[in-house]
Amino acid sequence: MNGLFAGLVAGLRHVGKLTIDGIWRLGFATRFMFAVLLASGQSLTRIHLTIRELYFSGVLSLLIITVSGLFVGLVLGLQGYDILQRYGSADAVGVMVALSLLRELGPVIAALLFASRAGSAITAEIGLMKTTEQLKAMDMMAVNPIARVVAPRFWGGVLSMPLLAALFSAMGVFGGWLITVVVIGVDDGAFWSQMQAAVEFDHDVLNGVIKSFVFGTVVSLIAVFEGYDCEPTAEGVSRAITRTVVTSALAILALDFVLTSFMFRG
Amino acid sequence: MAPAAERDAPLVSLRDVRFAYGERSVLRGIDLEVHRGQVVAIMGGSGCGKTTLLRLIGGQLKANAGAVEVAGHEVGKLGGAELYAMRRRMGMLFQFGALFTDMSVFDNVAFPLREHTDLPPGMIRDLVLMKLQAVGLRGAASLRPGELSGGMARRVALARAVALDPMLILYDEPFAGLDPISLGIIGQLIRRLNDALGASSVMVTHDVHESLEIVDYIYFVSEGRIVAQGTPDEIRASTDPFVHQFVNAEADGPVPFHYPAPPIDSLLGGRSA
Repeated sequence: MNGLFAGLVAGLRHVGKLTIDGIWRLGFATRFMFAVLLASGQSLTRIHLTIRELYFSGVLSLLIITVSGLFVGLVLGLQGYDILQRYGSADAVGVMVALSLLRELGPVIAALLFASRAGSAITAEIGLMKTTEQLKAMDMMAVNPIARVVAPRFWGGVLSMPLLAALFSAMGVFGGWLITVVVIGVDDGAFWSQMQAAVEFDHDVLNGVIKSFVFGTVVSLIAVFEGYDCEPTAEGVSRAITRTVVTSALAILALDFVLTSFMFRG
Repeated sequence: MAPAAERDAPLVSLRDVRFAYGERSVLRGIDLEVHRGQVVAIMGGSGCGKTTLLRLIGGQLKANAGAVEVAGHEVGKLGGAELYAMRRRMGMLFQFGALFTDMSVFDNVAFPLREHTDLPPGMIRDLVLMKLQAVGLRGAASLRPGELSGGMARRVALARAVALDPMLILYDEPFAGLDPISLGIIGQLIRRLNDALGASSVMVTHDVHESLEIVDYIYFVSEGRIVAQGTPDEIRASTDPFVHQFVNAEADGPVPFHYPAPPIDSLLGGRSA
C-alpha cells in the first residue's frame, strides 16, 4: 500500500516536473525569439550573411522540394482522376490538384521537408558550434553570436520557406498535369481553364503563402533555438536534432489546423 | 602617455573573489594581480576553479562577491556594450582552439579584423599574413581547421586571439593534449607574442615544467583558494608541501589520492556503508 502511494507520488512529481520544465523552456524560447529579433539588424545591414543562409536553407533544399512536389502532384492527379471520373467531372481534376496543393499540401509538406532537411542542419550546425566553443569564442571576441550566427540563419529560413512552398505547389500542379493530361488524356484546355476559373488569388494563393510564412518562422525558430539551447555534447546535439524535427512536425500540423479553421471555414 | 601611477597599477586584479555554481562553492576568496607585461600562470589540479577564474576575468561569469578589475574597470559591473568594448582589447585562446570550422585558416584570423575594423581588404590580408607568419603558419592560410593537427590549430587560434593586438591575452589550458614539440612551440609563442605586443597574459594550466620556463609569476589554486605563489625560482626552491607535491607530480600529499569516503575496512565483508 505504502509502495503504491509512494509510486503515485513519484509519478505525479515526475509529471509536475515535466510540465514545469516544458513551461520554463517555452518561456526561454520566447525570450530567445525576442533576443533574435532585437539582434536582427546585422542580418539586414550585412545582407551577405543572410544570403549565405538563404543558399544553405533554400537553394540546397531545392532538389528534395521539387522531386517531392512532382511525386505528390502525380499521386494527386491519379487519385483525383479516379474519384472525379465516377461523377463524370474528370475535367475538374486540375482544380482539385491546384487547390489541395495551394491550400494545404504545398505549405504543409514543404514545411515538413524543410524541417527535416534544413531545420535539422541548422540545429546541428549551431549545436556543434556551441559544443566546440565557437559561440563562446565569438562572444569573447566581442561579436554577438545571436546577431552573427543565429539571426541570419533564422531569416534565411523565414524567407526561403514561402519560396520553397510555392515551388512545391508549382511542381505538384505540373505533376498533376503530366499524369492526367499527358498520360490519361484529360482535356488540356479544360484542365487549365477550370483551374484558372476556380482558384482565387486572395482566398487560395495568399492564404497558402501566409501559412508557409508562419511555418517557416516557427520551424526556423525551433531549429535555431534547439541548436543554441542544446547540451554541449555529441549526445546533446543528436537529441536536439531529433527534437527539432519532432517539434517542428507537431507544430506545423497543429498550426495548420488552427490556420485552416480561420481561413477556410466556409 | 598614461600617468605613472596608472602604469604601475596592475592590469588585472582580483580581490577576495568568491564564486559558486548554484550550491557548489568553487572560489573561496581569491586575491591575485597581473602587472603589465607579465605572463602569469594559474595552476592547480583539474576542477580546482582555474577555468572559472579565467571566465571571471573575461566577464563570461560574474563573481558572487569581491571585485574583478581589468584596466581599472570592474568587469562584473560592465554593461553589454562596455563589456564588448573591453573584450575587443582582450584575446582568448580556448583549450581546443575553437576555430570556426566553416572558414579557412585565413578567414579565421581575419574574422576579428573584419568584424571590428573598416580596414580595406588589402590591409586585412597583410595583417593576417603577418599574424600567421608570427605563429609559423603562413603556408597553411588556405587550409580548413579540419585539416590541421591539434598543435597547428592552437597556433592558428593564437594568431586569431592576437589579431587586434590585445592588451591582455587569456589562455585556457594552452598545453593540453599537445606533443612535446608543439608544446614547446606554444610555450615560446606565448612568451614572444606577449613581449612583442607589450601585452599581459594570464594562463591557466597544469603543466608545471613548461610554465616554469616561460612565466614571470605563478599562483597555485587548490580548493578555491590561492595556496602558494611566487616567481619560477621561488617555486622551484619552495618547501611548501602542496607546491612540492604539484611540481614533483606525487600521487598523495596535501591533495589526497582518495576521494573522501569512509574507511574501506568498514565497507568490506558484506557490510554496507
